[in-house]
Amino acid sequence: MSSATEAMKAKKPESKETSTQPKAQTSITGSVAVLEALIAEGVTDFFGYPGGAIMPIYDALYDYPDSLNHILVRHEQGGIHAAQGYARTSGKVGVVFATSGPGATNLVTGLADAQIDSTPLVCVTGQVFAHLLGTDAFQETDVINITTPVTKWNYQVTDATEIPGVMAKAFYIARSGRPGPVLIDITKNAQIQKFDYEGYTPCTHIRSYRPKPIVRKEYIAEAAKLINEAKQPFVLFGQGVILGGAEKEFKSFIEKSGIPAASTALGLGALHTDHPLYTGMLGMHGNYGPNVLTNECDILIAVGMRFDDRVTGRLDKYAKQAKVIHLDIDPAEIDKNVPATVPVWGDCKETLPLLTRAIEKKEHTDWVNRFRDMRKEEEEVVIYNEMHPVSDIMTMGEVLNVLNELTAGDAVIVTDVGQHQMITCRYAKFNKTRSNVTSGGLGTMGFALPAAIGAKVGAKERPVIAIIGDGGFQMTLQELGTIMQFSIDVKIIILNNEFLGMVRQWQQLFHDKRYSFVNITSPDFVMVAKGYGIAGKSIKTREGLKSALEEMLNHKGSYLLEVMVGKENNVFPMVPQGCGVSEIRLK
Amino acid sequence: MKQEFTITVYTENHIGLLNRIAIMFSRRKINIESLNTSPSEVEGIHRFTIVINEVEEVVKKLIRQIEKQVEVLKAYYNTNEEIVWQELALYKVSTDKVIEDIKVERLLRQYGARAVVIRKDYTVFETSGHREEIDTLTEVLGELGLIEFVRSARVAIINESKGFHEKLREFEEEKPGTELVENEFLDKQEEVFSM
Repeated sequence: MSSATEAMKAKKPESKETSTQPKAQTSITGSVAVLEALIAEGVTDFFGYPGGAIMPIYDALYDYPDSLNHILVRHEQGGIHAAQGYARTSGKVGVVFATSGPGATNLVTGLADAQIDSTPLVCVTGQVFAHLLGTDAFQETDVINITTPVTKWNYQVTDATEIPGVMAKAFYIARSGRPGPVLIDITKNAQIQKFDYEGYTPCTHIRSYRPKPIVRKEYIAEAAKLINEAKQPFVLFGQGVILGGAEKEFKSFIEKSGIPAASTALGLGALHTDHPLYTGMLGMHGNYGPNVLTNECDILIAVGMRFDDRVTGRLDKYAKQAKVIHLDIDPAEIDKNVPATVPVWGDCKETLPLLTRAIEKKEHTDWVNRFRDMRKEEEEVVIYNEMHPVSDIMTMGEVLNVLNELTAGDAVIVTDVGQHQMITCRYAKFNKTRSNVTSGGLGTMGFALPAAIGAKVGAKERPVIAIIGDGGFQMTLQELGTIMQFSIDVKIIILNNEFLGMVRQWQQLFHDKRYSFVNITSPDFVMVAKGYGIAGKSIKTREGLKSALEEMLNHKGSYLLEVMVGKENNVFPMVPQGCGVSEIRLK
Repeated sequence: MKQEFTITVYTENHIGLLNRIAIMFSRRKINIESLNTSPSEVEGIHRFTIVINEVEEVVKKLIRQIEKQVEVLKAYYNTNEEIVWQELALYKVSTDKVIEDIKVERLLRQYGARAVVIRKDYTVFETSGHREEIDTLTEVLGELGLIEFVRSARVAIINESKGFHEKLREFEEEKPGTELVENEFLDKQEEVFSM
C-alpha cells in the first residue's frame, strides 16, 4: 500500500491555496469556472480520467487538492459507473470527467444505464478547439449527437462565459424531477479562455422544463375512494420512492392502509425487507405470491415504478381484472405500458401523505395471509433447497443467507447482472434505504465493481459489498487499480459458476441445452487481487463459507472472496418470456 | 387505425433540438412524412410542424415523450379536420412550352399557380395547397416536360388554438397555474385542444 499512498501524496501540490473563491476576483478561466461550479453545488468527491482535450480543466484541478477529491479511475466506463454508485448511495449528483473522443464514447454505456435507471449525473467532457469542430481533428467525436438519446439533457460549450450558467442548469436538470444524466461538452478554447466571473447562481427554474407535475386533488380523492372500497388491494413500489426521499411517507401509507406491498428490483430497500407487509420482489425472478396475486388483486397501486417488461411479463395478461392507480412524477410513464384508471401525477413525497390522509385505516388480514401462504409454498419448493442444498456443491442463495446473518441487512450491496444479481435481489436483506445498487433497466455487466467504488465513496461510513459473477467481473476488473490507489474499502464476492449463468439458464430451458459460448474460463481471481495489493481467498466448500465471509467483513480494507458455486444451478421462480405473471414457474 | 396526424411542438430555439426530436420518431421506427421548423407567433419560440401516419395511441405517448424533453415547452397533435394546412410547391418548366401550349396556361390558372420568374429559357411557377392538389398539378406538368419540382413541408394552424402567448407567460412563472397541466383524464376532451 505504501506505493499507493505515496502516489496520492505526490499528486498533492505544495501550494496551500485552496479556494472556494475564484483566484482572481474578476477574471478566471473556463476551467476554473467548471470547478467553482462543482464546489458551489456541494460536490466533494468525483471521478474521472484526463486526456488531451480536458487538460486545462485538470490543470486547474491541481490547485484544488483539499476541496475537491478527484478519484482517478482506470477506464471512463469505470468512472461513470462509479459516479452512478456514488449517486445511488449518497442521493447527490454523481460527477465524472472524461476527455474528448474515446474518453467520451467510453461514457456512453454508463449514460444509457443512468438514463434508464434515473440516476442523477453531471458528466463533463473535453472537446477539441471550437475552430476544429467538424474537421475530424485528433480525438474529435460528435459527442453531443452520440449522447443525445441517452441523456436527459446535453450541451456543448464553446465560450467560457456560458460555463457558470450551463453548469447550474446541468445540476438542476440532473437532480430535479425524474433525475437523469446530463453531459456538458466543453471545447478546449473555452476551458482556456478568461472571462469576467460574476459568481455562481444556482438554477431554480427553466421555462421549458417542468420537473414536477402539479398535484391534482381530484386524483387523490378518486384514488382514496378506490382504495377505501378495495377488497384485495396490492401495492407495487419502485425506485421513485427512494429518489423522492419518500420512504417514511410510503411506510405510513402502507401501514395505515394495511395493503401488502411488493418491490421492483430497484425499489428494494425503500421498505425494510422484514416489514410484515413486504411480500417480496416482482417480476421475472421475483417472488411467487406477488406475481400470481397481481392477477387477482382488485386495485393495483403503483408507486414510483414504470411497469418494465421484466416486471409485467406479457402485458395482455397483466392485471386485467384490476383498477390501476399509478403514482409517478413523470407524466410520460402514465399509460405507457399499463393503462391507469387513476393517474396520480406528482412527486410521491407530496402525493403519498395526501393519499394517506384521505384513506381509512384498514387491515386486509385474509388477503395478506394469501401472500404468506404462497410464500410458504415458494419456501418449500424453491427457497429451502437454495438455502440448504442436499448436494455438497454450494448455491448462490446460501452465500446470501450467511451474508444476511453477518450483516443483518445493514450493508450496501452492489450487484452486477445475471444470476447472482437475481439471487441477491431475491434473498438479500435491506434494512436501510439506498442499500441496493444494481443495474436494473440496462442490465450492464461490468457495472458492479466500479459502482461499488462510487457507492463506498458516497457512503463512507457503511460497509459496501459487491457481489459479482465471474463473467461481469472480467468486464471491468481494471478498477481494482482504483481500489488499490485510493484505498477504497470494498468487499468483493465473486460467485463463480464457471458459466455465463443467466444465458446458460435460458439456453438450457429454451434452447435445448445448446450451450453456445457461455462456458467462460477465469484467471485466478485471488492472484489477480494480490497483484493489486488486495487480500483475498477462494473457497469451494460449505465448511469454510461462514468463516470466510467473516474474515472478509472483518478485514481492514478491500478484500476479494471467490466462492465456487454450482455450475448449472438455475434461478427460480421464473416467468418465462412471453408468459403472464401468473404463469410463473416454481421449477 | 393509422391516420395522418399533425404534431405541433413549441420549443426553445437551441442547436441540437432538431436531432433530439427527430430521434424520438426514428427510435420507434416511425417515418416522418413532413417536418417544418419555423418561428412561432411568440418571439424567440420555435415551432415544429411534423406530419406522421400513426395510430392515435402511439401519437399520444409520443407527445408525452416529446414534451418531456427539457427544451420543449408544449406539444400538440391534431387530425386533419382540426387544422388548416398548406404546402408550397415550385415548378420549373420550359418557357417555350408555356407559350406553345395553351393547356399549360389554363392548367396553371386552374391550380392558382403564379409565375415567380420568367426567363427566355424557363419559367418558375409556385402554388400552394394540400398535398393532393399539388400532386395532381405535378402529374399533369410532368407530362408536359417538368424540368424541376420541389415541394415544402406542411405548415399548419390549429383551428381551436388561442396561440402561445398566454401559455408562455404561465411557463415563465416559477409555479405554474393548474391550467398548464391539462390532461384528458380530468378535463373534458372538448375543452382542451390537445392532450
